[in-house]
Amino acid sequence: MAIDREQLLHVAHLARLELPVEELDRLGAQLNDIIEAVSKVSELDLSDVPATSHPLDVANVWGADEPRPCLTVEEALANAPEREGAFFKVPPGGS
Amino acid sequence: MIDTLRLTAEEATRLVREKEVSSAELYAAYRAAIDAHDEELHCYLHVCDDDGGEGVPLAVKDVIGTKGIPTTAGSKILEGYLPVYDATVIERCKAHGLRVLGKTNTDEFAMGSSTENSAYGPTRNPWDPTRVPGGSGGGSAAAVAAGLAPWALGSDTGGSIKQPAALCGNVGLRPTYGTVSRYGVVAFASSLDQVGPVARNVRDCALLYSILAGRDPCDTTTVDLPEAVRLPERTDLNGVRIGVPTEFTGHEAIEPGVREAVERTVELARELGAEVGECSLPRSLDYGVPCYYLIAPAEASSNLARYDGVRFGYRSPNGRDRLEMYERSRDEGFGDEPKRRIMVGTYALSAGYYDAYYGQAQKVRTVLIREHAEAFERFDLLLTPTSPTVAFELGAKASNPLAMYLNDLLTIPSCMAGLPGLNVPCGLSEGLPVGVQLIGPQFSENRLFDTGYALEAALGLDPVPERLR
Repeated sequence: MAIDREQLLHVAHLARLELPVEELDRLGAQLNDIIEAVSKVSELDLSDVPATSHPLDVANVWGADEPRPCLTVEEALANAPEREGAFFKVPPGGS
Repeated sequence: MIDTLRLTAEEATRLVREKEVSSAELYAAYRAAIDAHDEELHCYLHVCDDDGGEGVPLAVKDVIGTKGIPTTAGSKILEGYLPVYDATVIERCKAHGLRVLGKTNTDEFAMGSSTENSAYGPTRNPWDPTRVPGGSGGGSAAAVAAGLAPWALGSDTGGSIKQPAALCGNVGLRPTYGTVSRYGVVAFASSLDQVGPVARNVRDCALLYSILAGRDPCDTTTVDLPEAVRLPERTDLNGVRIGVPTEFTGHEAIEPGVREAVERTVELARELGAEVGECSLPRSLDYGVPCYYLIAPAEASSNLARYDGVRFGYRSPNGRDRLEMYERSRDEGFGDEPKRRIMVGTYALSAGYYDAYYGQAQKVRTVLIREHAEAFERFDLLLTPTSPTVAFELGAKASNPLAMYLNDLLTIPSCMAGLPGLNVPCGLSEGLPVGVQLIGPQFSENRLFDTGYALEAALGLDPVPERLR
């Protein structure tokens, strides 16, 4: 099934990708080809097959509830594009 | 004079331990080799200076975080990023005296099969620089093949260790899911990603795996190994039951030269005492790639959400508000392949499509696991070609994502099943390396090393690319 331009823009927004017109044109056709190819999985009737989310049969793992050393504020902010005091700084507005 | 093209890591370890060669001399020898050849091959994105430590050098794929050493994952979005901590695998290597020589090139976020998706330009194959080294770990594989590192770390999601090892003629292990920590490694698809060793021979590969493997409290998907890693010694295959999946050797995508080299290897295994038989994995090839290209992009779309220009990485200066800043940072920072995968993954996870795509792919994954388990009722391990083709020309598949995805046709199914796979060089076709992939049940690495070692010893191939001999 084909994804139209409106859907592409919707998915791009969900993924917080801008995708200007030129890129939409270039990637759009490729994405349709990829979606068509991966849709092959729907050929199989797997209604009674359980899903696999993780390849190992492991139980949940709990960590001890004990304080341990962590990054300092300076380390945590070391790669920040912009900071103010002990905070990451971002432009205002938007969502 | 240290011959970096032929010195094994095991021998280098002995030379340093017995003080026949100093650690500084060894490091300098690899640095000199890099200076001489890396301008042509572009295996490295960053080369380190000798920090005065003691031990054998190691190349590290640039998706693995190294404290204070640039880590880009081959992406512009991480240009200039300096990790503030070491990945657990780096800590383990350092604890064994290994020293980071540099960071090797990779397809952006390990997404690709040729290293051409690197934002910093492709790596070239040491056997023929007009050809790709495979990917995503083409930098690590090419560096080891060209003598620019004694061994290296790679990472594998759907074939990124095994496939470049096949195309560059070295030994690479994708370990059993859960045996090696991913803490501090740039995440791509978390139910698949594994870190593993790339080496010039099977014993070096086993030695490096013994350093990497084991439970890490910082990665809750890791487990303890059921048995310690053994360095292989046996040169016969008496009593080893090897299954050859007919779909994997008969597929139309497999080049005749690759098929012939693999068939000769199967014959050799028989001569060494193995009991070889045919088996069938009917759905693994037809549905493995579609299944992978739903699950991996879905997980990638989630993992790559963190690149938002807030805490680290690239921030676009063109965002007037916060939303625009996110969207433009991601548009300007990511290359085409991560964008394609983020889009496919977001679509496959979105409301109304989840069950048909992601949910269905997770069920296909169960089918693949069951098929492999059935084969292991009769066989100790499976033997297939690793890559359908030898190394291809740069640019040959760069404009066709679907053609590129098929490079991993044979490596993907066992990755989906969480199984270990070892690439062992098995011959040449058109003067380029061909590799066989040995696949075993979970935690069967020792069996894979034993078998790979016996084949390697009997084959007696020269691992050095012909043009560098």
